[in-house]
Amino acid sequence: MLKMPTLDVQTNAAAAGTETKVFANDVNVYYGEKHALQNVNVNIPDRAVMAFIGPSGCGKSTFLRCINRMNDTIPIARVTGKIVIDDQDIYDKSLDVVQLRARVGMVFQKPNPFPKSIYENVAYGPRIHGLTHSKTDLDEVVQSSLEKAGLWSEVKDRLDEPGTGMSGGQQQRLCIARAIAVNPEVILMDEPCSALDPIATAKIEELIDELRQNFCIIIVTHSMQQAARVSQRTAFFHLGTLVEEGPTTEIFTNPKDKRTQDYITGRFG
Amino acid sequence: MAVETVPGPLAAPVSGPNDPGAAASAQIKKSLSRRYAAERRFRIYGVLAILFGLLFLGLLFGSIVLKGYTAFVQSSFRLDVFLDRGVIDPDGQRDHSALMSADYTKLARKALATAVGADPDSKPQMREVGQLLSRDVDVQIRKVVLDDPSLIGKTVPIWVLAAGRVDMLLKGQLDRDLPPETRKLSDQQISWIDKAVANGSLEKRFNTGLFTNGASSNPETAGIGVALVGSLFMMMTVLLLAVPLGVAAAVYLEEFAYKNFWTDLIEVNINNLAAVPSIVFGLLGLAIFINFAGLPRSASIVGGLVLTLMTLPTIIIATRAAIGAVPPSIREAALGVGASKMQTITHHVLPLALPGILTGTIIGLAKALGETAPLLMIGMVAFVVEYPTSPLAPATALPVQIYMWATSAERGFVERTSGAALILLALLICMNLIAVILRRKYERRW
Repeated sequence: MLKMPTLDVQTNAAAAGTETKVFANDVNVYYGEKHALQNVNVNIPDRAVMAFIGPSGCGKSTFLRCINRMNDTIPIARVTGKIVIDDQDIYDKSLDVVQLRARVGMVFQKPNPFPKSIYENVAYGPRIHGLTHSKTDLDEVVQSSLEKAGLWSEVKDRLDEPGTGMSGGQQQRLCIARAIAVNPEVILMDEPCSALDPIATAKIEELIDELRQNFCIIIVTHSMQQAARVSQRTAFFHLGTLVEEGPTTEIFTNPKDKRTQDYITGRFG
Repeated sequence: MAVETVPGPLAAPVSGPNDPGAAASAQIKKSLSRRYAAERRFRIYGVLAILFGLLFLGLLFGSIVLKGYTAFVQSSFRLDVFLDRGVIDPDGQRDHSALMSADYTKLARKALATAVGADPDSKPQMREVGQLLSRDVDVQIRKVVLDDPSLIGKTVPIWVLAAGRVDMLLKGQLDRDLPPETRKLSDQQISWIDKAVANGSLEKRFNTGLFTNGASSNPETAGIGVALVGSLFMMMTVLLLAVPLGVAAAVYLEEFAYKNFWTDLIEVNINNLAAVPSIVFGLLGLAIFINFAGLPRSASIVGGLVLTLMTLPTIIIATRAAIGAVPPSIREAALGVGASKMQTITHHVLPLALPGILTGTIIGLAKALGETAPLLMIGMVAFVVEYPTSPLAPATALPVQIYMWATSAERGFVERTSGAALILLALLICMNLIAVILRRKYERRW
C-alpha cells in the first residue's frame, strides 16, 4: 500500500524548487494540420508551483495536457518530442497511460465532480487503483485528502451528499481532493479558478501554496496576478512557442523578451 | 389565448420634427405593430394546429372506445345444469375418453329450456333454444366435469356463454324491431331472452375470455390470449438481443471507433435502417430466418428476431445520443484520476446515459410491440387456438390478431377488434409512461 506522504515542512522547504521533476525537450503538438505548439523546452522543478501564462490560444493548456497525455483522447492530436518525469519518458511505448495519470493528477477549468457523493468522489481514484485494502484505510485516505484540500471541516458531516450540490469553490476543492487522493507526484491545474469568485479563488490559491510542500504543481492561468501570487517559476507562452521561462519575480519585474514585457504590462493579450 | 399587449407609444419626442432620432422611433413604432401582429397570427396558427390534432386524436380514441368497450363484457347464461349420469357416463367407468366425448350440449339445452320455460320435448323449440347458446358451450361444461368428476349426477350452477346474436341483442347492437328474418332471432327466442334477463339467468359479465382465449371462429369465445403470449415471447427476444447488441454497438461507435470513412458509412446506414419500411424487414426475415436458417413459420422466435433487427437502429441511435450527451468533463475527470477507458465508460458514462438508453429501449420495444407488417410476411397470421409453449411454437401477435379480427364480418369481431386495439393502446401508453417516469427519476443535472 502506498503511504500518504508525511508533511515534513522543513525538508520540503529546503528541497523546494531545486530538482527537476518534469523535463520537456522539443515538444511539438499538432492538431491535424495546425501546429499548436512548437519546440517547447522547459524544466519544471519539484515541490514548487510553476505557472504557465499567455494570451488565449497560445498553447499553454495544450502543453499542460501533454504532461498527463490527456491529448491522447483527441483523435487528431499528435505529439512529438520528449517529456520526462523522473527519468521516465512518458511518451515511451512501454509506458502505461493509466499508470501515468495516477502519478500526474489533473484539476480542470470547470469544477467537474462526479455526480456521486462527496465520499465517492474522493474514494473513486484509490478504489480503482486498489490503493486501499479495507474500508478503514479508504476512510482514512478520504479524510486526509479532504483535509489537505481544506474541505474536511466543511463536509465531514455530509460525506454522502452529492458532490454536485456544493458551491463552485467547494466543488473545485473537492476535485483537488479527488486528485490528491491517489497520491500523485505532479498536479496539473488548468485555470482552476476561472469559474470561481474572488473569495473561493483566494482559498484555492492558499491551498495551492500549501500543496507545493508535497507536490510538483503546474498551473495554467489567465490571471497574471494569480501567477505572481502562487508560483515560484513562470513560463510565458505566445503563439505556440515558449517565449520565456524563469523565476516568477524575474519574469514580472525584469523580463528579457519584448513580448513578455508587452504582455505583462497589458499591451496585448 | 393570451394576447400580448402592445406597449404604448414611448414618450413623445422632445426635439423638433427634423430630428433623425424622432423619425427613427416613429418608424420603429410603425413597424412594431406589424411585428406584433405577425406574432399574434403565428400564435393563432399554432393553437389551431394543436386543436386540429387534438380533434382527430379525440375522434380516433372516441371511435375506438365507443366501438370497443362492449368487448369487455360478454352475455352469459347462468344455468342449473343437471349433469345427467346417463348422458355423460352411462357405463359409470369415469373413463376419460367417455367424459371427453359426452354430449354436454344436450344437457345445456335442457337446462336452458327449463330456465326459460320452453318445451323440452318439442324438437323445433329445442333447436331454437340451442341457437341461444354459444357453440362452445359443451367445452365449458366439460371443463367443469373434468375438473371435478364427482359432480356427475348432481345439479350444478354453471355460467355458460350466450350465442353471439344474444350478446348483440343485449348490447343493443341488434334492433329488435327488425323483421324476424333479417334479425336472426325469432320472436319466440326474443321472448325467452327477455324472460331469462328478467329472472336473472342471463346477464353481461366481465369478459375474462377476451384475455385468456385463443383464436376461435365464434366471436364470443375468441380472445387475445395466444396473441399476448406470442407478443410477450417476441418482446423478450427483442429485449435479450436488441438491448445488449444495440448498447454495445453504440458504445463502440461513440467511444472507441475512429472517425473515418467506414464509421461514417456505418453511421449513415444505421440512420437509414431506422427509416427502412418494416415490411422489408419482414421479407428479410422470411428469406433468412425461415428459408435459409430453417426456423419454423409462425414462430414467435422468428418474429422476435425480425423485430430485433427493426429495433436495433432505434436503440443504437438513442444510446449514442444519450452517451454523447454525457458531458466530456465527466470523462476527463475519470481519465484524469487514472481510470481506464473501460472504467470511465462503465463507471461514469453508462450510468449517466442510462435514462436515455432506457427511454430509447422502451420506445423501441413499444414500436416493436405495435408492428404488424413484418409479422404478416413471416406467417404470424395464423389461427392458433393452443397457447404456445415455447418461442418455437406457432403463435400470433397482438396487432396481427387485431388485423385478423378486422377482416371478419361478424359484429362480435368488430367490437373485439376495437377492444383489442384498446388493450394494445393501453399497453403502449403504459410502456411510454414507464419511459417518462424512468427519465424523470434518473435524469441528472450537472
